[in-house]
Amino acid sequence: MSEQYGYFNEIDAESCCEHMCLSFKPSSVPIKQRWRNNGLSADFLGDYLTTFFPKGNDQADADKKQALIRDAATYIANELLENAMKYCDDSGNVPNSIDLTLLPDQLIFTEINGISEAQKVKFQIFIEELQNSDPDELFMKRLEASAVSESASGLGYLTMINDYHAKLGWQFDIVNNAHKVTTQVMIKI
Amino acid sequence: MNIIEDENYHVEYKPVNGQITFTGTLRLGGLSEYAPIVDCLGRAVNESNTLTLSLKSLEFLNSSGIAMFSKFVINARNKPDFELIVIGSQDIPWQSKSLNNLKRLMPAMNLILE
Repeated sequence: MSEQYGYFNEIDAESCCEHMCLSFKPSSVPIKQRWRNNGLSADFLGDYLTTFFPKGNDQADADKKQALIRDAATYIANELLENAMKYCDDSGNVPNSIDLTLLPDQLIFTEINGISEAQKVKFQIFIEELQNSDPDELFMKRLEASAVSESASGLGYLTMINDYHAKLGWQFDIVNNAHKVTTQVMIKI
Repeated sequence: MNIIEDENYHVEYKPVNGQITFTGTLRLGGLSEYAPIVDCLGRAVNESNTLTLSLKSLEFLNSSGIAMFSKFVINARNKPDFELIVIGSQDIPWQSKSLNNLKRLMPAMNLILE
């Protein structure tokens, strides 16, 4: 039985639209190397996306739009991949993937990874706090807290909401007795 | 240590000019990996009353990097009569967003987006 939070859309990317999916086997590469791969994957997704926004008659405007989309896509993809790596639980053999779907007026990022039961509970508490707070106030509160604490802050998600006007959604499932979380981030383009 | 770098970024502190320049992409894994840069920023605040951060060639910053700069700005804010100048670029989209958030933490900060 699935549990959903926030803005979560069932999309059949395979049949409906342009999309790109990168899949990883989490335990196959040492952690340092994988961290570097996050950056490479995020840059690749951001660069690839710009090909769908060709330069038109107004070169300056097109350049600006490409730069904005590339910046947003790279930041969001990188944060999703970093989070997946920091918090994923490989023991249930849930594959780790990130999918980028391009719709006429929006971009949807879908990140899937395994998660431990304890981490799932912590994550759901954070999601509930996010849903019951003013995102801007919570963002500033977490920035202030960053001076004194190194613990997980949710700053990545809060930046997506506040700086990139993203809508976030989550779905938690149980697959073969393992917990799986699907995180979805949607931005208007 | 006045230069901290790897293949993706370069941070250089020039005590004589009171300036720290950041270039490249910063996406280190958590605040612990940012510790050498945090130490350098902390030293710069202790050593003078004016500091310029040049970020206009910093192409990318992850959320741990945002946390690092927030921590630094809060420390700078807490030092009496400390003047902080931050220079960013209008051509790098994340900067106008995130640097304005830093200014909200320290309204006296002089933010210049070139």
